[in-house]
Amino acid sequence: MGSFEIDGKTYETDDDGYLVNLDEWNEDVAKYIAGIESVELTEAHWEVVNFLRNYYQEYNIAPAIKILIKEMKKMFGPEKGNSAYLYDLYPAGPALQACKIAGLPKPTGCV
Amino acid sequence: MADTEATATEEEPKVLTDLEKVGEPSVPRKKPNEIHPDDLVGKISIPKVEEGSAAGNKPYLCKPENMEKLGFPGDLRTDWHDAAIAKMGDLLKKYKSLQVYMDICVKCGSCTDKCHYFLGTRDGKNMPVARAELFRKVYRKYFTTEGKILGKLAGAERFDLDLLGEWYSYFHQCSQCRRCSVFCPYGIDTAEISMAAREIMDHIGVGQKYVNDIIVKVHDVGNNLGMNPKALKATLESTEEDLEEETGQKIRLPLDEVGAEVLMVTPSADFFASPHVESLLGYAKVFHQAGISWTFSTAASEAGNFGMFIGSYGQMQKVASRLTDAIQEIKPKRLIVGECGHAWRIAYSFWNTLIGPFDSLDPNYKRPEHICEYTLDLVNRGAIKLDKSKNDDFVVTMHDSCNVARGARMGDKPGGQFTIPRDLIKASCNRYVEMDEETIMEKTFCCGGGGGLLTDDLLELRVQGAMPRMQAFHKVQESHGVNFLALICAICKAQFTKILPKYGVGMDVAGGVHQLIANAIELGAKE
Repeated sequence: MGSFEIDGKTYETDDDGYLVNLDEWNEDVAKYIAGIESVELTEAHWEVVNFLRNYYQEYNIAPAIKILIKEMKKMFGPEKGNSAYLYDLYPAGPALQACKIAGLPKPTGCV
Repeated sequence: MADTEATATEEEPKVLTDLEKVGEPSVPRKKPNEIHPDDLVGKISIPKVEEGSAAGNKPYLCKPENMEKLGFPGDLRTDWHDAAIAKMGDLLKKYKSLQVYMDICVKCGSCTDKCHYFLGTRDGKNMPVARAELFRKVYRKYFTTEGKILGKLAGAERFDLDLLGEWYSYFHQCSQCRRCSVFCPYGIDTAEISMAAREIMDHIGVGQKYVNDIIVKVHDVGNNLGMNPKALKATLESTEEDLEEETGQKIRLPLDEVGAEVLMVTPSADFFASPHVESLLGYAKVFHQAGISWTFSTAASEAGNFGMFIGSYGQMQKVASRLTDAIQEIKPKRLIVGECGHAWRIAYSFWNTLIGPFDSLDPNYKRPEHICEYTLDLVNRGAIKLDKSKNDDFVVTMHDSCNVARGARMGDKPGGQFTIPRDLIKASCNRYVEMDEETIMEKTFCCGGGGGLLTDDLLELRVQGAMPRMQAFHKVQESHGVNFLALICAICKAQFTKILPKYGVGMDVAGGVHQLIANAIELGAKE
């Protein structure tokens, strides 16, 4: 377990730095985690983060990577709906890194 | 950092509890970008031993809440020593094989250089005989006359906190792949010893996070991934859309269709991860073209069963019982299992004891079938046709999964677990190459992530443990231009996707056997 503090408020994380309580997430938290991950959040990054959060709120799990790509394509066009684009934004992998910044739990299993 | 005022909470020096001492790695875990494997070039050779070089490898401890959900103590029991010895006594009585493995080793040394984790880490305690010795010295101390009287002179040792810490480390550096047992003249199965060790540790409150959290997820949500029925349905529907877009045909991924002829049970990673999902497309195309009614089930939306990795018969049975529910609900005639290594061992070797017999199935198909044997039979009968040229971009080799190779069979002939997937691959592509014979079939090396070790807190071990397989792969890559590593296991797929880039190989080289089928199958009206 770990934790970090923003403006006097403490946020609990799991052993890998993922936010424990999804409801505590806010944009400052996203910026903080992105800083640790050496990702500078641009408009393009936020598009992914917001999609992930909306999907999670509906399904209680992150989307499969194929679904993420397809939905990005539907919303923002083919130049944003592809794997290379997502890896450019999140070099450590869109599933792990973008989920972390979006405050979602780490996907586990045989993945 | 961005424009936010933030600081990491300052760490105060803290006193470790006994449980934390057991679980604390002796050297800090490396970050993924700090892990670099040794040079690939060369052959698999016996390394110079570096004693204790891997002692730092320890997975995260499972949190009390999830330990308790599985019926284990949430903290190290105050009477842990006595409880561990009593549990060991129970297991020695329950599993006669374990008793034999304790007594029969003659220290011949055959196993010493056969473990991928020893070859990769160079730590002498990762030699299978040394790993088993951690268990044996406790056994001798409490269960043999010479050990009770002579103590260390007889190789006996009291079970103390330090030794428990070594157990936690080294019994989580065994992927239970059983390669060592192939070379042991007595057939000692180190996997069974490591399962017993993990069972004893869970019993006294020392559990591993990755595996135990996943078993909790299976009980709570229904599968390893934690994908609830609503998400599963949406994911399958989305994948059906993809299939229609790709093929122009309505190829279905049915869910919970009562009365379907085939109940398909596959690892939940197949619904979610890449390249796993490519094999899912393959299964769907095969069933579609064969014209057979089939379905997945939300009750049995997971083929995997991590109860085996912690040696818990009770957990294995509880996880497997979900399939009984699914069979009662769907009433299928046949059971088919997707690409998952340890699931196939459990399906083939344990299901009948755990939840069988399967009397409600068609008498012609009373045992579970592997998707590879099902598909190959269709190909051999001409019921589906494969266009090999569709895979002409690939030069293919096959990595045998340890649990399929050494824990099960396939089809009705000995060695079917080796020939059936190979015959199927060869039917789907023009160029197939074998890796070094010392590294395939029953001598296959583990991918480095099996047995419940597919977790990032053991990433360094996973990279090191993959070294023997990567060397064999590198050889055929150089000699024959191999660019597709065909797999029949979800753990192998996830492990290689992550590890290949560490060895300078693209992650898309790893793929499923049914990914090749998905490419090659001819869809549409039959002649």
